[in-house]
Amino acid sequence: MTDIHSSTVERVREITVNGRTSRTAAPTLGDLIVEQGFGDGRVATAVNGEFVAERARGATELRDGDSVEILSIRQGG
Amino acid sequence: MNQTEPIRPSPRVPAPQPLAFYGETVASRLLLGTALYPSPHVMSEAVRASGAGIVTVSLRREQARGRTGQRFLDLIRALSVRLLPNTAGCRTAREAVTTAEMARELLDTDWIKLEVIANDDTLQPDVFGLAEAAEELVKRGFKVFPYMTEDLSLADRLIAAGCRVLMPWGSPIGTGRGLANPQALKTLRAYHPDVPIVIDAGIGAPSHAAQALEMGCDAVLLNTAVARAQDPVRMAAAFAAAIEAGRSAYEAGLIQPSDRAQPSTPVAGTPFFDLDPKGPGSEPL
Repeated sequence: MTDIHSSTVERVREITVNGRTSRTAAPTLGDLIVEQGFGDGRVATAVNGEFVAERARGATELRDGDSVEILSIRQGG
Repeated sequence: MNQTEPIRPSPRVPAPQPLAFYGETVASRLLLGTALYPSPHVMSEAVRASGAGIVTVSLRREQARGRTGQRFLDLIRALSVRLLPNTAGCRTAREAVTTAEMARELLDTDWIKLEVIANDDTLQPDVFGLAEAAEELVKRGFKVFPYMTEDLSLADRLIAAGCRVLMPWGSPIGTGRGLANPQALKTLRAYHPDVPIVIDAGIGAPSHAAQALEMGCDAVLLNTAVARAQDPVRMAAAFAAAIEAGRSAYEAGLIQPSDRAQPSTPVAGTPFFDLDPKGPGSEPL
């Protein structure tokens, strides 16, 4: 029998964000960006070494063990 | 003639030839990095003093709830220069390709200064990873500026991959040692006369930059030599002058060095020329 509540139960995932272990209830990368306070900042994202475009963040589900990079522009040579 | 009219160069003196990267003409042959300055204000003033039309930037991890990247972007956008993002710190082709994609989204540019680093001490390019990343990035529509060694076979491979700019190092990043292998740079110039060559890394003094331009390199990318100078703004202007002088000298055509001395004063009409120094006329009075 299917548990009709399974998709709405908040599940905590353990992931890595910019090299630091993080526990998050965000189901997608888009939710994580908002949860961590990057919502209105200009950032670019990658999951497990692969680029994830801004438009694809909402459809990118997070799984335990995922490694997320959230980058912005800095000084450089 | 109006005495207040400024004296202008003769119209017969040709204007310096324009430089273009991927079909886009650039105003200056100096590209400047934005790191290591004592303050953001000094960086901005140094960029202005250099006359650079292109500056390099990097991508780094943003802090949660942070706005560091946005603040820096606002500062640099105010300079009205073209931004060339780099992949500094990447150790593999895969990392570099992902970083390039992230830069393209952040800055809305398909230009990428491609760095794949092989060694922490020398910061030398990983030529194998570089070629692999360049091929992939060109397929994905990027216009690649490869930070490379001065090796001709690597240049050939990068050009075959679709690179239309070459960026050989002068010497290792941040060393300020100048052009370690000028002969190989001349070889690159001779084999690829139509591909812009930008000396990237190792330039320490304006004379190094002038040397690069004199030998026909098209431009110079600098950072440490300006940012770490006692007066970065003044040094930026010094480099701009040296680069302009070097390019003008190249276009004017340098003389070939000679092993023998050659008199610059005409020999014809030299007084006493017909007297034998060992003959009777040379005896002491």
